[in-house]
Amino acid sequence: MRKGTKLALILGCIPFITLVFALPLVNRIEPMILGLPFLLFWIISWVILTPLILFVAYILEKKFNPPEEGDEK
Amino acid sequence: MNLALIIIFATIILSSILGIYAGRRVKMNLENWTVGGRRFGIILIWLLMAGEIYTTFTFLGASGWAYSKGAPTFYILIYGALAYTFSFFVLPALWKVGKRYNLHTQPDFFIKRYDSRYLGILVALIGVVCIVPYLQLQLKGLGLIVEVASNGAVNPRIAIGISFVLTCAFVYTSGIRGAAWVAIIKDIMMILAVFIVGIGVPYIYFGGFGKMFRTLIEKKPDFLVFPGSAPEMDVLWIMSTLLVMGLGFYMWPHVFGSAFSAKSAKVIKRNAIIMPFYQIPILLIFMVGFTALLVIPGLKDGDMAFMALVNKTYPSWFMGFVGAAGAVTAMVPSAILVLFASTQLAKNVFKAGFKPQMSEEKVMILSRFMVLVIMIFALIFAIFFPNELVPLLIFGYNGVSQFFPGVVLGLFWKRVTKAGVFCGLIAGVGVVLILILGNRDPFLGMNAGFVGLVVNLLTTVLVSLKTKPSTGGFR
Repeated sequence: MRKGTKLALILGCIPFITLVFALPLVNRIEPMILGLPFLLFWIISWVILTPLILFVAYILEKKFNPPEEGDEK
Repeated sequence: MNLALIIIFATIILSSILGIYAGRRVKMNLENWTVGGRRFGIILIWLLMAGEIYTTFTFLGASGWAYSKGAPTFYILIYGALAYTFSFFVLPALWKVGKRYNLHTQPDFFIKRYDSRYLGILVALIGVVCIVPYLQLQLKGLGLIVEVASNGAVNPRIAIGISFVLTCAFVYTSGIRGAAWVAIIKDIMMILAVFIVGIGVPYIYFGGFGKMFRTLIEKKPDFLVFPGSAPEMDVLWIMSTLLVMGLGFYMWPHVFGSAFSAKSAKVIKRNAIIMPFYQIPILLIFMVGFTALLVIPGLKDGDMAFMALVNKTYPSWFMGFVGAAGAVTAMVPSAILVLFASTQLAKNVFKAGFKPQMSEEKVMILSRFMVLVIMIFALIFAIFFPNELVPLLIFGYNGVSQFFPGVVLGLFWKRVTKAGVFCGLIAGVGVVLILILGNRDPFLGMNAGFVGLVVNLLTTVLVSLKTKPSTGGFR
């Protein structure tokens, strides 16, 4: 596997870890942050962070993966 | 005729005209009709994919669950983010094989990769069985929304009937391009409606959502943590459901197929990055459901919470605006659903099963005809047997997610074989059916679809390793 793909995949695991596997740990109301119960705050934060994580993954893929034959420029 | 009615019908009719106009200058062959000639840039792809994930169910269901179940509704906010992350890694590879082998539908992929038209027929039939109840749900939701928005002035059957004819018309003429163009109106109206109501009602009744949440927590301390007021939906159920839906969303035949309409793999990748932002309005839909619970408790049907609260709070012309937004929100996904269901039936069941020498023009004519057949079928169920398909609806998501091993392993693992996928699919679907029909969903606290998917994956891998390797029609 190419290095960029590997790094991107590691980043791609983050939403699954935070938004699925971490749920039992964050299933509570206090502390309330920005008026939101903690569970909802946690979820919305990671949903908003997901595009940023994917953006970094995109940059890393571009940087470390040499363009393949057939890839568009 | 009141203002609300005029707004609703003007929107439905104008959107459909736009949808018909969308295909005007394009010569319609199967390639242009189903996958837009593979020429969609990031904006059309975004509209299309947003059109697929935001359905009437999101509108009514997310607020309805917030109203009646509490925290379990949060899964609706999460699974999209997971699905887009998945699509970032998988869809570009899928798009490339779609382009190379000229694939239009999901069964096309199975036929090519596993070199088996019987597997294709099986996949096509399972797909259609999952799509029809989903389509009926959209029509039913549309009828409900228009009925409430017009204050009972419009019979839901009439609303369903009119929008059904118009949706058929723009699917028939413009195919997927029509759906993407109508999605422009849908997205603008829906986002406006959701922002106005979602920010508005907590502010109007409580002076802000922080105070609204504090009032809710005082009254119902456990409502905003899993399992809320739905004991069968504890955190294990949420986690397993999220995995099924996050990994299964792109296994819906219509979502899968629309990936082919992008003009490059890069467009799909960029789209995957921006899509999660589009989940944010769902948070606002929750706010409406929670506010409704405090302001108008005791509704018979929680799914009507959004509409009931808008009705209580805003003038009737705004009700019309929300009703119109709800109606186009049903029409766009309906169009894409029926488009792919009909193409699959024509191309992958009828042609593959009975007339292998059929020309592409004939397949196109038959697909267009099947649009009518499937819509009439869904319409009959929506009007006369509104509840008969509910068990199938539960089967839907769990059913399509069983395509996951065949698709993902087929793309990335050379060792997976036709026999493996065939056995895995049968095992997975079988487990799901047994659990749902036997009333064992959730099973040990987990979503039945997840149990099926685990069985399916194990079966696919084990059988593949025992059979002779072959990459089928892939080089």
